[in-house]
Amino acid sequence: MLDLKLYMAQRISAMIMGPLVLGHLAVMIYAIQGGLSSAEILSRTQGSIFWFVFYGTFVIAVSVHAAIGMRVIMHEWLGLKGVTLPLFTWSLCLILLFMGARAVTAVTLL
Amino acid sequence: MQQTNINTLEVTVQRGTHDAPQDEIFQVPAYENQTILDVVSWIQHYADPSLTYRFACRVGMCGSCAMMVNGEPRWACRTHVNKVLDKNKMHIAPLRNLPVIKDLAVDMDPFFDKWIQAEGKHHPTQTRNDPIAPVQPETAARVEANAGIECINCSICYAACDTVAGNPDYLGPAALQRAWTVFNDAKNESKQVILDAVSGASGCHNCHSMGSCTHYCPNDLDPMSAISGLKRETAKAFFKGRTNA
Repeated sequence: MLDLKLYMAQRISAMIMGPLVLGHLAVMIYAIQGGLSSAEILSRTQGSIFWFVFYGTFVIAVSVHAAIGMRVIMHEWLGLKGVTLPLFTWSLCLILLFMGARAVTAVTLL
Repeated sequence: MQQTNINTLEVTVQRGTHDAPQDEIFQVPAYENQTILDVVSWIQHYADPSLTYRFACRVGMCGSCAMMVNGEPRWACRTHVNKVLDKNKMHIAPLRNLPVIKDLAVDMDPFFDKWIQAEGKHHPTQTRNDPIAPVQPETAARVEANAGIECINCSICYAACDTVAGNPDYLGPAALQRAWTVFNDAKNESKQVILDAVSGASGCHNCHSMGSCTHYCPNDLDPMSAISGLKRETAKAFFKGRTNA
């Protein structure tokens, strides 16, 4: 159900997410404390390769990490197995990837 | 045995098979220095000779008599009644996570099959014609191996494991601890065979490190740390590109 490759994918994605979560929290607090408007935020992020890479990496790591974690829960708690299990894992991964990529491109591309 | 003032214990025993379990209540005389094994033996001797349960050594060596007592896995022969009694009552049931044959006797086959599946068996480096190789007791690997060799195969850790309950294919703490012990044995060949065996879909990476195995082990062994050792070694092998899983 969770073999070495999936285990490593989940651990490595967690290690990538660690500093990104801290960065994301810091950005949120900075934006709120400073009272930046949406337009001001977008003026800083749109066209920025840094924020594209930052949140792009974040979205990829989250999609991998969450899909594997949910796979375990679906198997152990709801008894999902067979072909349905990888189908669920990949579907969730792609949905998160699509939604995240949509948000990242909207905020960082010109 | 000297009888105490409490007179009787109200003992509920889960009877029957896996498909049709039912509870039966027995009034059992209370004694000082009374174990759970004493209680079930009294029931079989004096109340219902058809009660089925397992035991052999009666001194905590053979690993035969484990059962659920008030919802927790325990070795019956070394568990004092006073330690587990709940308002003069107790509930005794067959081990969790294993198919019930009858009453308190479970089918241990899945438990032992997983030992083999985890390659928790000796892979010799030499033949009987070679001289006996000395084992250095102070090496780090030998210390790790020694930590797990007192396992009595009682299946208490397996019954305590919530991961086994949710994922019946999971190899479980005892088999994985055995694999870790053999992995660290200087006389064991082909460590990668063991790492591959525990890296599959039912392997050590399913462990959530909840620690029930270590908490309930009657011999104070630490299967959770053994499983962590396997995770560490398989991760190292992964980065070196040595994996078939």
